[in-house]
Amino acid sequence: MKAEISAKEFKNLLKDGLTIMVGGFLTNGTPEKLVDLVVESKVKDLVIICNDGGYENAGVGKLFTNNQVKKLIASHIGTNPVVGDLMQEGEIEVELLPQGSLAEKIRAGGAGLGGILTPTGLDTVVQNGKQIIEVQGKRYLLEEPLTADMALIGGAVVDKYGNLRYLQTTRNFNPIMALASDKVVVEPFETVDEIDPECVITPYPLVDYVYREEK
Amino acid sequence: MDEKQIIAKRIAMELQDGNLVNLGIGIPGLVPNYLEEGKKIVFQAENGVVGLGPLTDEDTYLVNASGMKATILPGGAYIDSLLSFSLIRGGHIDVTVLGALEVDAEGSLASWIIPGKKVPGMGGAMDLVMGARKVIIATTHTNKGKPKILSKCTLPLTAAHQVDLIVTEMAVISVEPDGLHLLEVHPDYSVDDVVNATEAKLIVEKVETMKGM
Repeated sequence: MKAEISAKEFKNLLKDGLTIMVGGFLTNGTPEKLVDLVVESKVKDLVIICNDGGYENAGVGKLFTNNQVKKLIASHIGTNPVVGDLMQEGEIEVELLPQGSLAEKIRAGGAGLGGILTPTGLDTVVQNGKQIIEVQGKRYLLEEPLTADMALIGGAVVDKYGNLRYLQTTRNFNPIMALASDKVVVEPFETVDEIDPECVITPYPLVDYVYREEK
Repeated sequence: MDEKQIIAKRIAMELQDGNLVNLGIGIPGLVPNYLEEGKKIVFQAENGVVGLGPLTDEDTYLVNASGMKATILPGGAYIDSLLSFSLIRGGHIDVTVLGALEVDAEGSLASWIIPGKKVPGMGGAMDLVMGARKVIIATTHTNKGKPKILSKCTLPLTAAHQVDLIVTEMAVISVEPDGLHLLEVHPDYSVDDVVNATEAKLIVEKVETMKGM
């Protein structure tokens, strides 16, 4: 069994300036309780990597409302006006990436690759400052790998070993982020005895901690 | 029918039986309402579902790419973001239908940012426009009287040279190497109306009445 972690122990892992990947798509599959604990911890200057900026009071959005973020790397911030305002005021840096490129950059980070070559973003502002490489007569953008100090994983059905599968569409970025981060903390949405090995999406050696709420 | 319904109805006729299709938010989301009986289209949503069904009020962990609670149809699959965008970028999506701020005579699209005003981000749009086999733009012909179909986009691009077809409440326009061809005009409008509402040059050869109207 993977180490269970209490709220207090989880908060002890947090510190200022961490780079944290947070799973979820418009909060679907985001571990809300873990995000709440990050809010309670009051750590600041975080670099957050997430598909989007969540909503003002949900998902990673809560971290912006609480002024804990220095930089966001995401594909979309349109659902959270706080992120847009902080960006316009110069309070935070936002790096916007095409969603498929964001996913592949995280995979590259987790898979030991030096980056990926994609045609997405060519001839747009996304290519600014990036290398263009020609392969078999076609142009591609080099998108470099992304890694993080910690991944917060949600949507998971967890078994007694710490294997994960994911509920419906909560899978999204969660399995990729579990591969690309030093410490992987899971908030179980459901627990079971054992997941059929054919159905395991994230094998337990990738998981460091399973959050357990105190009764 | 209002403008949006006309656009959605006409685009529904473009989808072929068995197509794997990704719909953007806004007008594209109305397209399934107008599919002919018996035509089987598989909808993919980039957040990770193949075989997306209608919206639901029931408690579920299944959402569409707008974050709204939805359903999955028999035969469907949940996938992660990597496989989702592998389908999109890898040319496995037959058709994507997306909205536009501007679209131009070279088939370039601007849809994700109005610098200094609105910066929602590109989400999955850049990958979709780059990777889908056919890119259909669903847009009103003008924005408060201002043409949206231009000789060259002025806003930052979503992708260059990828758009195949533009469907508005006035017309159906195809993007070809020699420019924009006016294919169909809605019965409420004349060819001149369309030409006057379009900043880009339209090649007018054989124009038909908009199908299904």
